[in-house]
Amino acid sequence: MASVAMVVNGKSITREVEGRTLLVDFLRDDLRLTGTHVGCDTSQCGACVVHVNGQSVKACAMFAIEADGAEVATIEGQANKDGSLNVIQQAFQDHHGLQCGFCTPGMVMTAAALLKENPKPTEAEVRSYLEGNICRCTGYHNIVKAIMAASGQDVTAIAAE
Amino acid sequence: MPKDTGIGASDKRREDIRFLTGAGHYTDDIKHYGATTAIFCRSTVANGIIKSIDTSAAENMPGVLAVFTGADFADVGGNPAGWLINSRDGTPMKEPKRPVLAHGKVRHVGDAYAAVIAETELQARNAAEAIVAEIEELPAIVDMAAALAGDAFVHDEIGTNQCFDWGWIEDNRAATDAAIKAAPHVTTLELVNNRLVPNAMEPRCSIGNYDAGNDSYVLQTTSQNPHLTRLLISAFVMGIPENKLTVIAPDVGGGFGSKIYHYGEEALVLAAARKIGRPVKWTADRTEAFLTDAHGRDHVTKIELACEKDGTFIAFRTETMANVGAYLSNFSTATPTFLHGTLMAGNYTVPNVYVNVKAVFTNTAPVDAYRGAGRPEATYSIERVIDKAARELGIDPIAIRRKNFVKPDQYPFTSAAGLEYDSGNYDALMDTLEKHIDRDGFAARRKASEARGMLRGLGLNAYIEACGIAPSNLVGVLGSRVGLYDAATVRVNATGNLSVMVGAHSHGQGHETVFPQIVGEMLGIDPASIDIVHGDTSKIPFGMGTYGSRSLAVCGSAMVRATEKIIAKAKKIAAHMLEASADDVDFKDGQFTVKGTDKSVSFGEVALKAYIPHNFPLEDIEPGLEETAFYDPANFTYPSGAYACEVEVDPDTGKVRVDRFVAVDDFGNIMNPMIVTGQVHGGLGQGIGQALLEGARYDDDGQLLSASYMDYTMPRADDLPFYTVDHANGTPCTHNPLGVKGCGEAGAIGSPPTIVNAVIDALQSAGKNVTHIDMPLTPLRVWDAMQNA
Repeated sequence: MASVAMVVNGKSITREVEGRTLLVDFLRDDLRLTGTHVGCDTSQCGACVVHVNGQSVKACAMFAIEADGAEVATIEGQANKDGSLNVIQQAFQDHHGLQCGFCTPGMVMTAAALLKENPKPTEAEVRSYLEGNICRCTGYHNIVKAIMAASGQDVTAIAAE
Repeated sequence: MPKDTGIGASDKRREDIRFLTGAGHYTDDIKHYGATTAIFCRSTVANGIIKSIDTSAAENMPGVLAVFTGADFADVGGNPAGWLINSRDGTPMKEPKRPVLAHGKVRHVGDAYAAVIAETELQARNAAEAIVAEIEELPAIVDMAAALAGDAFVHDEIGTNQCFDWGWIEDNRAATDAAIKAAPHVTTLELVNNRLVPNAMEPRCSIGNYDAGNDSYVLQTTSQNPHLTRLLISAFVMGIPENKLTVIAPDVGGGFGSKIYHYGEEALVLAAARKIGRPVKWTADRTEAFLTDAHGRDHVTKIELACEKDGTFIAFRTETMANVGAYLSNFSTATPTFLHGTLMAGNYTVPNVYVNVKAVFTNTAPVDAYRGAGRPEATYSIERVIDKAARELGIDPIAIRRKNFVKPDQYPFTSAAGLEYDSGNYDALMDTLEKHIDRDGFAARRKASEARGMLRGLGLNAYIEACGIAPSNLVGVLGSRVGLYDAATVRVNATGNLSVMVGAHSHGQGHETVFPQIVGEMLGIDPASIDIVHGDTSKIPFGMGTYGSRSLAVCGSAMVRATEKIIAKAKKIAAHMLEASADDVDFKDGQFTVKGTDKSVSFGEVALKAYIPHNFPLEDIEPGLEETAFYDPANFTYPSGAYACEVEVDPDTGKVRVDRFVAVDDFGNIMNPMIVTGQVHGGLGQGIGQALLEGARYDDDGQLLSASYMDYTMPRADDLPFYTVDHANGTPCTHNPLGVKGCGEAGAIGSPPTIVNAVIDALQSAGKNVTHIDMPLTPLRVWDAMQNA
């Protein structure tokens, strides 16, 4: 067992973990932050995307001890201080960018990373950036639309209801 | 005009808040005090005799609490098929037992033959590896034709690999044969409807709990229909009395059919929980999902379309081999038969239809209903052969379809495949489609593509499907072993808010938002004061769950009926309060008013009175305000549509890009357009995935080659375009109270032939005589077809 200390969603935590413990399991099992999901075994699906020191990472592809000393952000810490949805979350609701919700935390975290890097992405740039996130429900239309809307772009011309 | 609130409004989804903030409760998120972990030992060979299983080492390993093998379940029942199909000769289908754990033989890669329960997942995994199974490998039976011809069997005790040989409609066979023989033109197409893996993003997960004090069980599980799962476990598999078993499906991360069925892991965690007296949890990893979730499609088909030279259809004749895999999953026998053969007249007035389906056991994972379930297979066969016929006859693909469409004045229309279509207007859908696709501009777009070295194709499709499978009286005659009604309980609480308990289960469909829109409008109250309760057999009435695009058409109808009962009783209470006769009380916008007066009470006042029945005429009215309705539909509903897409094919690589896709659907009345559109989007994503990307591939040894996301190509955002979706001109269903038809599967049904038709059109434009390519249309397949043309 090794001791890890990190700041998760603004709170400092210290825990004992096994060296083999994945960051995603640490978040889910030790910290009970179950919004970060596990959808595959091969780092393909992106349901587990979190931010470590501001970078989006797949929490299934990183050991908890590798995040020692890091700042970690998960879906649970994304809402505004007053509890209301942040701009990206609100855009996902406004544009029906989620259905079953399982891939959604990873999508929101990936979208946040994209908009930080590229505040006004084109449709092609959004689609390309989402290559590591699989959604089976939405056909991606409304996810792409929501992310573009969250970036402040006018999406009314994009067909939909 | 879209409304702002109530029925027909695009209310934002209330469930989104928890999903967007990480506050959802999926099964794997649940952590019980004292929980243990189950890990399964799964066969690495497709076919083999279990000679021995030595669990002694595993049992003595650290943390191990129990070990199970097939022998432990030899005396319990099997997991049954829900639909009895009779073969053409009248004999019943073959139904080999599907055990909780394989016993005697393993029959597909991933077939579980043992399970370990341990304190931790790691301990369980280590112990599972210490179980020594001696399995004598036998040659795998994978190819369906070989399986039918061979003398080795997946199930030795039935002495055949043919589950059934079904004809629909058998009495039409001779007439269809004769019509085809005499026809001036016959177009024949042999095709494969590729095997798919549903791939809900949440892997299956089950937690068993046993309460020794009450001798009762709770199963928390990833299910689309918890009551059906409970019934199967109770009545067939384990014999636990229904009143001693609660099945809870909390937030479920997608289903698409794969979570309709009861799986052995659910029985195992219950048995294990009882044995060790602690909660037992199993969570599938993605590889287990690929190996053991019920797969979809997998038909090998020959279809013939006979027509006049002018394109008038005379007959469709279809021969299909349908793979059912190693065991019969719960709906596996209904899917290639009554959900497929009955749709083989399509949207057309064709007078002769005959379908023959042979279901085949193979050493592969069970195959069952996956989004669309039989209707995608029917639509693909019909709409591909029509396109081929149109090309052969030199008739425009829209014109040949219009020529044969059922016309609006022909409803109710009994198709040559035996279904009674209640409403529709296929020409109107095609009109709308033509408005969207700018066909006149296609030639210029093709030219522009060609200038960039690309081939452009336009693909078209018309589909009809059948949703809300029903009615019980009919399906019972046809072999269904369950009823296909649904149920809802509307409970008005004393303070005027509502809990509505429904048999349907929402795993992405938005019931929590849409159902209150409907009840709220009926009662004239704020939908925000209405909550939907679903997924817990201890709370909801016995309903059949969510699949087959049935939630609104069937369960929604039950909810409407229950709400009507609420209004009727509330009127009586209001009449008492207003000292009037119930017949003289009107109910509008949440107010009960004595006709012709200004005497009125609100719904909220009536609700309170119902629970504080001081001075109540108890001989006439019971206290309380809660009503239940069971609704059994009179017929299927029949959504229909017209789809088109344009693709670009790179002739140098064979890569296909979907440039635009238009879906025009008739779903009847629309309750929430935003959600309906989203359902279509999702179906299109899966249908385009089937057409271009996805394929579950077994090798000759029965090894699943595509068992991870590195091998099975899931559609990603950059594989798909923005879609144009139009469902503005629905013709209401004539036999349910909301006039709704069902929208969950349409996209997956209508899109595969649209895409393939477009690719063929593109290749033909380059002078390549390619008439068919089997899905998925990978770059290699397209490129090969071009080279060989």
